[in-house]
Amino acid sequence: MANVHDVPKDTFRLSMLLYDTRYRSLTIQVVIFMLFMAGIAWLIDNTVDNLRALGKDPVFDYSFLGNRAGYDISQRLIEYTNDSTHARAMLVGLLNTLLVSVLGCIAATILGVFAGVLRLSKSWIVARLMTVYVEVTRNVPLLLWILLVYAVFTEAMPAPNAFRPNAEGVAGASMILGDSVAITNRYTAIPNPMYVRDLGTISLGIVHISVNFLVLVAIIAGSIWANRRILAHAAAVQEATGVRPTTWWKSLLTLFGPVVAFLWFMGFHLEYPELKGFNFAGGINVTNSLMALWLALTLYTAAFIAEIVRAGIQAISKGQTEAAFALGLRPGRTMSLVILPQALRVIIPPLISQYLNLTKNSSLAIAVGYLDLRGTLGGITLNQTGRELEAILLMAGIYLTISLIISGAMNVYNKSVKLKER
Amino acid sequence: MNNQVSYVRTQMLAQQPPPGREMGAVKWMRENLFAGPINSALTILGAAAVVWLIASAWPWLAASVWNASTLSECREIIAASWGEGHHGACWAVIKDRWQQYAFGFYPSDLYWRAILALGLLFFALTPVLFAANRRVANRVMGVVSLVVLAFVTVAEFRLIDPADAAAHSIWAAILTVTLVLAVLWAVHIFAPSKLIWFTAIYPGLGFWLLWGGSVWLPVVALAGFVIGWLAFRAAQPFGGPAQLVAMLLVPVLWWIYGAGVAADVLNRIIPFSIEAVGSDKFGGFVLAITIGVAGIALSLPFGIVLALGRQSNMFLVKALSVCFIEFIRGVPLITLLFTASLLLNYFLPPGTNFDIILRVIIMVTLFAAAYIAEVIRGGLAALPRGQYEAADALGLDYWKAQRLIILPQALKISIPGIVSTFIGMFKDTTLVVFVGLLDPLKGITDIVRASTDWKGIYWEPYIFVAAIFFIFNFSMSRYAMYLERKLKTDHR
Amino acid sequence: MKKSVFLGTLSAAALSAGIASAATLDDVKARGELNCGVTTGLTGFAVPDANGNWTGFDVAVCRAVAAAVLGDPAKVKFVPTTGQTRFTALASGEVDMLARNTTWTFSRDTDLKFDFVGVNYYDGQGFMVRKDLGVSSAKELAGATICIQTGTTTELNLADYFKANNMEYQPVAIETNAEGEQQYLAGACDAYTTDASGLAATRAAFADPENHIILPEIISKEPLGPLVRHGDNEWGDIVMWTLNALVAAEEYGITSANLEEQAANSPNPEVKRLLGSSEDDLGAMIKLDKEWAKRAIAASGNYGEIFAATIGESTPIGLARGLNAQWTQGGLLYSPPFR
Repeated sequence: MANVHDVPKDTFRLSMLLYDTRYRSLTIQVVIFMLFMAGIAWLIDNTVDNLRALGKDPVFDYSFLGNRAGYDISQRLIEYTNDSTHARAMLVGLLNTLLVSVLGCIAATILGVFAGVLRLSKSWIVARLMTVYVEVTRNVPLLLWILLVYAVFTEAMPAPNAFRPNAEGVAGASMILGDSVAITNRYTAIPNPMYVRDLGTISLGIVHISVNFLVLVAIIAGSIWANRRILAHAAAVQEATGVRPTTWWKSLLTLFGPVVAFLWFMGFHLEYPELKGFNFAGGINVTNSLMALWLALTLYTAAFIAEIVRAGIQAISKGQTEAAFALGLRPGRTMSLVILPQALRVIIPPLISQYLNLTKNSSLAIAVGYLDLRGTLGGITLNQTGRELEAILLMAGIYLTISLIISGAMNVYNKSVKLKER
Repeated sequence: MNNQVSYVRTQMLAQQPPPGREMGAVKWMRENLFAGPINSALTILGAAAVVWLIASAWPWLAASVWNASTLSECREIIAASWGEGHHGACWAVIKDRWQQYAFGFYPSDLYWRAILALGLLFFALTPVLFAANRRVANRVMGVVSLVVLAFVTVAEFRLIDPADAAAHSIWAAILTVTLVLAVLWAVHIFAPSKLIWFTAIYPGLGFWLLWGGSVWLPVVALAGFVIGWLAFRAAQPFGGPAQLVAMLLVPVLWWIYGAGVAADVLNRIIPFSIEAVGSDKFGGFVLAITIGVAGIALSLPFGIVLALGRQSNMFLVKALSVCFIEFIRGVPLITLLFTASLLLNYFLPPGTNFDIILRVIIMVTLFAAAYIAEVIRGGLAALPRGQYEAADALGLDYWKAQRLIILPQALKISIPGIVSTFIGMFKDTTLVVFVGLLDPLKGITDIVRASTDWKGIYWEPYIFVAAIFFIFNFSMSRYAMYLERKLKTDHR
Repeated sequence: MKKSVFLGTLSAAALSAGIASAATLDDVKARGELNCGVTTGLTGFAVPDANGNWTGFDVAVCRAVAAAVLGDPAKVKFVPTTGQTRFTALASGEVDMLARNTTWTFSRDTDLKFDFVGVNYYDGQGFMVRKDLGVSSAKELAGATICIQTGTTTELNLADYFKANNMEYQPVAIETNAEGEQQYLAGACDAYTTDASGLAATRAAFADPENHIILPEIISKEPLGPLVRHGDNEWGDIVMWTLNALVAAEEYGITSANLEEQAANSPNPEVKRLLGSSEDDLGAMIKLDKEWAKRAIAASGNYGEIFAATIGESTPIGLARGLNAQWTQGGLLYSPPFR
């Protein structure tokens, strides 16, 4: 015991800040912090000086958001007129961004999974075709795809009045999907979901939400929760007795029963678009800028997703399948219990970062005049009010929040599927 | 055990040819096209898709016109040759304006400088990318030399605008290019390890060739690094942290206070300059490549620092790095470009005025740095823990360990990722059109379409630009895959 | 010159921090080049040819100013700006003046801190429709789909007009004029609305101009003119009076052809003052030399010559003078006297 001494407790000397590893990192951090703050101060000081020189007030002033916007937005999810405020225009833009992003993510996933699986297809021609699709799409700028798809819509699709039968009763173009969808060179008319009964709307400040919609969401959420309980119960029974009770009809009933019942009760029906005057009415007219942006984002992102899916499938060694077969698992269960959980662990993280990319890329809406967040807040509003500093910072903040939410979701997922190592 | 075997064949049967369906084309088709009902259906669908694509594009492509000076002339030719109402491709617009797609408004008598600058890029990259494989290096340099010479010759003899031709010597340009290439080849052959010095001076040289002006500006800028190194050596007696501070601080002071004056003085003593080309002359693929390459090259050191910062044990360093990376990765590039265009001038000292290309390069660099940092972080994470421990065991301090052990390996693993980032950035350079720069895709195309000759042209420029982008990016991505394969065998 | 872009900027910045709003005139003279903000390409107004030489109506104003200040109409750096970036480019000092068919409005002049120095083209917003639509007045456009450029005053005018007339419409937002033409031709919108001059230029370039009509309604006033930063009146004066010189030159019959002769022999004392051949030194009052206006006019001719060469009736764009004729001819062009 006696030969081991504690490190002698020196009195503190100033030079220890630099040479003693215990304090050095602290010193460095303090210096970096000071440099960082100095840098920030420098930037702010410059900004204030520059704004002064231009005769603008060097204070953040977001009051312009309360002014009348004065411009129209053709594609909107919520009520908006040119008398609405800039804040509401911003909200319309934000919802448009989210709309095209969500639609794009869904479609890109479906198309990407198809393309990824087909790329591994035994059919030579299909595999090659998918390779060509993936390579051509990935190696050409997204902006070009957006412009091309937009051009296809406007140049190659019929005008609305081409759907009108001419003197001989023959129309130049016809609607598709059982006369429910009309693709024109201005918009795509789709059926409008309608209710006979209406539960009214509730208003939350500037947002008005249909109660019908809220109830529907609540019912779906409840059904999913109930279904989970059923499955958990089945698993518990299986644990206890070794026999899993049949659940598929219960699941089906819980998942779809309440929704169907609610929709029936509310008198849900689809209102089909019809040609009235020069344009289609009755349904929802989705502008071509949204369609083009959506399709282009889908095509582009799906090519990346296809590669991710392919890599994910190829990453699972054949031994896993063979081992599962050796255990006596049927192919379906092999896929769902052995292959997919492992492949998804490889696939999901890059997949989510593709969702993130898609959301950010949706800001290219500028190329087709789709008024998303950048088009409203960072575009027309900025231009009309001349508040570039405030508008851009706010816009960056909103995009950042969306991104952080998505990557937060990814981190939660990553944690949940992380290999539990010894 | 029963040894009795009821029947044993004693005679071998003569070999038979395999059945017809297991042979040749039939077998290949059965296995690759019609293996099972689903695959057969897919094949038929796929074939139908191919046929449909070709059938719908062919009439348009077949009616291609290459020689016309305006769109209406082009349409007349199509109407005359293929009948009224026939649609055809009017590639004449590309033939008429391809110089603009390639060089923007770069002066035609200086095309050789742009070509040389981009060609030399490959020479500068050779020691980094192909160091291990001399054969590949030879091949790349050979191809690049020939391409550069061919392009320069074509540019000199065919493309010079008569207005620029007066004070220009074709042979001087070609001779200069040949001489530069010859010197580099000599270095490559006789002292291959010295070619890395060319890599070191390339940023200055490339800048000088592209923008022109006094040679002293890039020289004093590069001198900053030498000064930093000298400061690093000079501060040796004062210990590691002091060295680091000196290494960072002295060059920055030099760039801010010394460089401008030094360049002025040197320029007065030995004036040596070439014709300056303003940033407003940049456009087309020269602009895209300049922004892309400058962005990636400048972002590399920055990205490395960020990646190390993110791995650091120091809370503040880590927090700042993470914040920066997540912020940049969280906002769309277009927002950053608008920041470059609308806000950056507010953030910089009053009275300064960076031109828009420089501001865009600054933002693109920040953007790329965040992505590169993540790529390199992947490389750092992929290194076995033992490498760090071994470095510690040898008693190396943090910077020595990073410099000698960790980074060389981590960077090597990261090269494919860096190439992918570059491809992404190269594609993203098309977005600069939204801040008023003349990118090849929309900027130049809009200008071409604003001229009365080509008003109304639509598909052809897009297809042309798409093809060029595809060729660039596809070859780069193939190269990244090749590297990935090669590096994999090294490590497993 | 390149120094101003790279290191020099940094060093200059560090040394000269604080001299923020140096006079634009001195900057331009020191730089030896005028930075002029123009469109990214609008036929007739500002468009670069295959060699990168910019030509057009707005471009001519830039060249005249360069000629007046620097003595050489070629010493202009044209900075293409979009509807979005134009104001910041000017505010931040990236360009010295903006000649980019920008409408003079109250808020731009006051809230955005710019000074419009005059009007070089009196325009108004109109509509173009296909003839077979059977519409002869903008009042019949109820329910129509209308293509419109974003980031301009036109979208506000459009909203106001339809509101005032109690009509509905569907806007199709587009980014550039080229895109708008393509959309309109493809039938993606019933009507295309922009400044009437732009409509005429667009229509002229169609393969079948006879099938399209420009509706008679002009729904707004669009005085387009060059603008400078607020606060630097000296520079504003130079741009303003260069523009006025071009207008006055037309009024007095001074053309690029008879410039020298007029300067020497004109009986009109105002012409002599303008051209710097009399005793009065107008140039000195705006810190320029005596012959500034002469050079400005020599650059691309007087207002009428510029108009005729770039957007006039003999060009493919074929615009009539209309409001942009001299006041003596029933137009609105009226230069204050040079005295």
